[in-house]
Amino acid sequence: MASSSGFDVRRQFGFTTIALACFVMLYLPVVLLVVYSFNAGTSVAIWEGFSLRWYRSAWENVQVQEATVRSLVLAFWASLISTSVAVMAALATTRTRPFKGYSAIFAMINQPLMVPEIVTAVALLIVFAAVKVWTGYTGLGYLVLAHSAFCIPFAYLPIRARLQGMDLSLEQAASDLYARPWQVFRRITLPQLWPGILAGAMLAFVISLDDVVITEFVKSAGQDTLPTYMLGQLRRVVTPEVNAISTVLLAISVTMVIAFFFVSRMRK
Amino acid sequence: MIEVDGVTKAYGSGKTRFLALDNVTVTIRKNEFFTLLGPSGCGKTTLLRVIAGFVDPTSGTVTMDGADLLKLPPYARPVNTVFQSYALFPHLTVRQNIAFGLEMLGKPRAEITQTVDEMMALVQMTKMADRQTGQISGGQQQRVALARALAPKPKVLLLDEPLSALDFKLRKDMQIELKRLQTETGITFIFVTHDQEEALTMSDRIAVMSAGAIRQIGSPRDIYDHPAERFVADFIGDTNFLPAEILSEADGVVQVRLGSGAEIAARPVEGAGRGAVTLAVRPEHATLGPEAGALLPGTLRNIVYFGTDTHYHVALDGGDSFVVRAQNQPDRASAVAEGDRVGITFPPGVGQVLRD
Repeated sequence: MASSSGFDVRRQFGFTTIALACFVMLYLPVVLLVVYSFNAGTSVAIWEGFSLRWYRSAWENVQVQEATVRSLVLAFWASLISTSVAVMAALATTRTRPFKGYSAIFAMINQPLMVPEIVTAVALLIVFAAVKVWTGYTGLGYLVLAHSAFCIPFAYLPIRARLQGMDLSLEQAASDLYARPWQVFRRITLPQLWPGILAGAMLAFVISLDDVVITEFVKSAGQDTLPTYMLGQLRRVVTPEVNAISTVLLAISVTMVIAFFFVSRMRK
Repeated sequence: MIEVDGVTKAYGSGKTRFLALDNVTVTIRKNEFFTLLGPSGCGKTTLLRVIAGFVDPTSGTVTMDGADLLKLPPYARPVNTVFQSYALFPHLTVRQNIAFGLEMLGKPRAEITQTVDEMMALVQMTKMADRQTGQISGGQQQRVALARALAPKPKVLLLDEPLSALDFKLRKDMQIELKRLQTETGITFIFVTHDQEEALTMSDRIAVMSAGAIRQIGSPRDIYDHPAERFVADFIGDTNFLPAEILSEADGVVQVRLGSGAEIAARPVEGAGRGAVTLAVRPEHATLGPEAGALLPGTLRNIVYFGTDTHYHVALDGGDSFVVRAQNQPDRASAVAEGDRVGITFPPGVGQVLRD
C-alpha cells in the first residue's frame, strides 16, 4: 500500500532482509519437522526416503491413542466451560452501565495472558495437591478446571470484540418491543453473537490442545496429553514418530485458526 | 396523556456535571402529533429516551394516564420507538421484524399473522415480506421500522429523527405519510427532529428545546408567528431583530418606539422587561417601499433572487440591518436597485416583543 505521504516502509534499508529472516526463523524449523515426519529412516536429521511408517507407528501406538483421546476430551470440556464463562463475562463487561472497578475486572479476566504460566502451574499444583488429599479424587477434573481457567481470556476476547461491534440499539429495540431481558438475549443477542462464540470456542480448543506447562504440573500419573506424552518421548529416543504427531497437531491447529479467521469475519 | 414533571438528567459530577435535561415539564395530550424540536445536543432525544425507558432521569416524574412510567422497565411500557438508525433485526425477515413485538406480548398466532399483514399493507411492504432487512432500501427499512413499532398498537409512538437518513424527495413523501398514519391510527406521536420545516408541517404542537430546557410550547403557527424569545425566533425561520422601547401596555397590545423614532403596536410576551426590549419581525411580514412615511428608513444593500421570492437586505439608518422577503411575480423585475434609499413598513401587531 503506497501511502500518499510518499513514505513506504518497504523501501527502507534492510526491510526485505529482516522480513525474510523473521519468516525463515519462524517457519523453517516447522517445515523441517514436517518433512522429517515422512522420513523412512529412524533419524530426525538424516533423510532416507519417503515413507508413512511413522504415521502408522503413531496410529498404532496405544499410548498415543490414549493421549490423543484425553487431549481431545480435555480440550472439548475446557473450551465448553471457558466459552460459557467467557460469554457471561463479555456480557457483563459490555452490556452493563460503566461500573467502578471495570478496569480491574477486565485485567483479572485476562490475567492468564499476563501471569507467567509456570507460576499458575505451580499454584494450581499446590492447591490441587491439597484438594486431592482432602477428597481423594484423582480424575481428569483437575486438568479440565485448570485448562478452563487459562482458556477463558482466549474465548473472552473475540466474544467481547463481537459484542462491542454489535449495535446496542437492536437490544434496546427488542426490549422496547416487550422482550424481557432473557428473551432479548435469546432472540436478538445470541443469534448475532454466534460467530464470536464459535471463534472464541475454537481458539480455546486450540490453546487447550497445545498446552504443556500447566498440564505437566497438574496431571496425575497416567494422565498424559499428546503434548506431555511427546515431551516424555523426547527425554528418551527421538524418532520421527514425534514429528508425525507434531505434524498432525499442527494440521489441527492451523485448520482451527483458519476457521477462526473466517468465522470471526462473518457478518451476520 | 403523558405528563413529564420537573425531569432533570445530569451526567458527570462536580465541574464536569452536565445537564442533558434541565427541569423539563410538559404535558403531551392524547392523539396529538407532538414534536420536540431543537439543535443537536439540546436534550430532545434524551427526553424521548426517558419516556421509552432507556435513560433514568436524575430527578422528576413521568406519568402516563396517571401511572408512574419510571417504575416500569422498557419492556413493560405501552410505548414503542422508531429508532433513528431503524434498529431492524438483521437476522430476521421483514415479516418477522414486524411480528416481534406481538410475539413478545404472547398474542395468538392467527392474530399476529393478521395484524402483521395489515401493517405491511399500511406501509406498502407486502411484496417484501420475506426479504432480509439488509436487502431493502433505506426508505423501505424506515417503513418496516414504523410498521414494527405500530404493530403492537402502542398508546404512544416515539419517533427519533426517523426521516433524517432519507433523501429530500422521500422525506417529503414520508412526512405526509406519517401525518396520515397518525390521523388514521389515533396514536399519540412524539416526534424528535432538528428540522424546523418538518416540525412546522407535521405537528399539532411543537416544543422548542435548547440546552436541556423547553423554551416554548405552541402550535406551529404560534411558534412561528409569536416566538417568545430570541432563540426560538432565530431557530425557526428567519427573523429581523429590532431594538425597541415599550411605551405603554393595554389589552394585550403594547405600544413600542422603534430606533427610527416611529411608534407602532406590537404583541407583548409574558415575562418581558419594561423599557428597552427586542422586537422580532419576520422578513415576509414587512414590505419595502419609498422612504417617505415608512417606519424604518434605510439604504438597500443587496438584492438576492431565490426563485420563489426575493430577499432585500437593507441597512437601516442607525446601524441595524433588516431583510424583507417579497414573493416574485412572473417576468417582473424589482423596481428598486442596490444603493437606493428605501423605507420598511409592517402592519401594527405583527412585531413580537421577545423575552430575553
